[in-house]
Amino acid sequence: MIAAAAVVAQVVDFDWIGRHLDDVRNYTLEHLLLTGLAVGIGFVVAFPIALLVQRYPRLYGPVLGLAGVLFTIPSLALFVGIIPFTGIGIATPLTPLVVYTLLILVRNTVEGLRSVPSDVVEAAEAMGYSRRRRLLRVELPLATPVIIAGLRIATVSTIGLVTITVLIGWGGVGRFFLDGFARRFATPLLLGIALSVLLSLVADAGLLALQRLATPWARGRR
Amino acid sequence: MITFDHVTKRFDDGTVGVDDLTLDVPEGEVVVLVGPSGCGKTTTMRMVNRMIQPTGGTLTVDGQDVMTVSPPQLRRRIGYVIQQVGLFPHRTIADNIATVPELVGWDKARTRERVKTLMATVGLPDSVANRYPHQLSGGQRQRVGVARALAVDPPIMLMDEPFGAVDPIVRALLQDEFLRLQSEVRKTIVFVTHDIDEAIRMGDRIAILSQGGKLEQYDDPERLLADPANEFVADFLGAERGLKRLALIPVSEVSAEPGPVVFPDDDRAHAAEVARSYGTDWVVVVDEQRRLRGWVSLHELDGRIADANLRQFALSVESTDSLRAALNAMVTSRTGVAVRLSEGGLYEGIITQELVSKEIR
Repeated sequence: MIAAAAVVAQVVDFDWIGRHLDDVRNYTLEHLLLTGLAVGIGFVVAFPIALLVQRYPRLYGPVLGLAGVLFTIPSLALFVGIIPFTGIGIATPLTPLVVYTLLILVRNTVEGLRSVPSDVVEAAEAMGYSRRRRLLRVELPLATPVIIAGLRIATVSTIGLVTITVLIGWGGVGRFFLDGFARRFATPLLLGIALSVLLSLVADAGLLALQRLATPWARGRR
Repeated sequence: MITFDHVTKRFDDGTVGVDDLTLDVPEGEVVVLVGPSGCGKTTTMRMVNRMIQPTGGTLTVDGQDVMTVSPPQLRRRIGYVIQQVGLFPHRTIADNIATVPELVGWDKARTRERVKTLMATVGLPDSVANRYPHQLSGGQRQRVGVARALAVDPPIMLMDEPFGAVDPIVRALLQDEFLRLQSEVRKTIVFVTHDIDEAIRMGDRIAILSQGGKLEQYDDPERLLADPANEFVADFLGAERGLKRLALIPVSEVSAEPGPVVFPDDDRAHAAEVARSYGTDWVVVVDEQRRLRGWVSLHELDGRIADANLRQFALSVESTDSLRAALNAMVTSRTGVAVRLSEGGLYEGIITQELVSKEIR
């Protein structure tokens, strides 16, 4: 531990970081913007698809299959390959990021809805809930933990992916990598990694807190 | 009142769940659907609130064809209790019970009042109102299920193995409470079980179904046991049919014999005479107020009864006990008879095996 700290102190140029606090702030904000938009748009797209799959279970295989295929496209290829279609605006990093969240979000939302015990659904139906009201009042609340779990995975993986968009002129805190590689200078590299990890941890903790807040009945259950 | 008129359910894959069922569920009665698994009893029950759609015939509830009512409207008038209970895990006990009142738009105060009353009715302490279902025991959850089904006081209840998931002791308790409750609320109830003993215990009438939803017999429990319509029914009722019938017949149905009775002041000669006239080698001893003192064997009797070493009857029966209880008293006593006492504990006579078997022959 002490040895590692000593190495860091030797390798990292803290003065340099001190002079680049503006970059830290701007890159972090860009990172948050890209991540937030990607996961947000991904969820808005995934949610109705998941409801459709829940309503027509026959769609489950094809939809998950398609999302799985999209997921296997190498991210670098997708980021670069999409430039001719989207130009160099924010759509270029955003489109692949959204595509990657889809598999996770569709699957988790569907699984969340499926995880609602069948006797609970049966009881809701027998009490006289309409389909729509049952979805809103019973199924979605009970699916919330699994849906939020999906959001957590999607968010953390998106935060990682955003750093790669540095290759197409974006990148968030990934922008530090470019500088670090170009000059064979360790400080920005380590700073970029540290910030990326920190963002992931904070976002994950935040979503976990949201889940706790949204599911008061599950407290103290495990 | 629920009426099945040639009701059939044929599933999409062609299997027949219920075959041409005609059956009336009279108002205020408990009709038990019973049969082996695959006999369509649950399917039959679930057609009443259209959880399953009939494919043939007419099913009416209070004279109204169920197919003409929207399912949510229909279901809010019909209580529903299932084995797994199906409580909403994300809602408190009070909110669970308030489900249907909320659906039909009761105001908050009325709902709250109703929830309170219902919790008392089904024997739940106030303290659980704000707990979540997973914090309750199985028996308590089942009570919540019943309370939730009763919330808007629906005239009809559907119950599918409602006590199947709790241990035997709790089950017997819940069954008793159910019968007590039903004697007050007089709902029209369709009750599904695979357990013939539960059927006999709970049902005003019993419908025995066989594979593919064929109605084999529809009768009250006593007639069913006394006169099974065919071999399937007899088999399903089981080898202890006679005993099960005895459980339904109260001791008051048979007139007890006076029995070989002596008083403490009598002597051995008198006792021997009394015993002989009854063909026994023992006598029952009562005091002047006809309180039971015990019994004594002639072999152990020397002088006065009062000096004899009296034996006690371990068990006795009253007029409201069942003949099965009387039979139990007989087989556990060396005298081979059951003594019948009044409510106040006074000797009323003896019941013999001949009396009992004459009753069910």
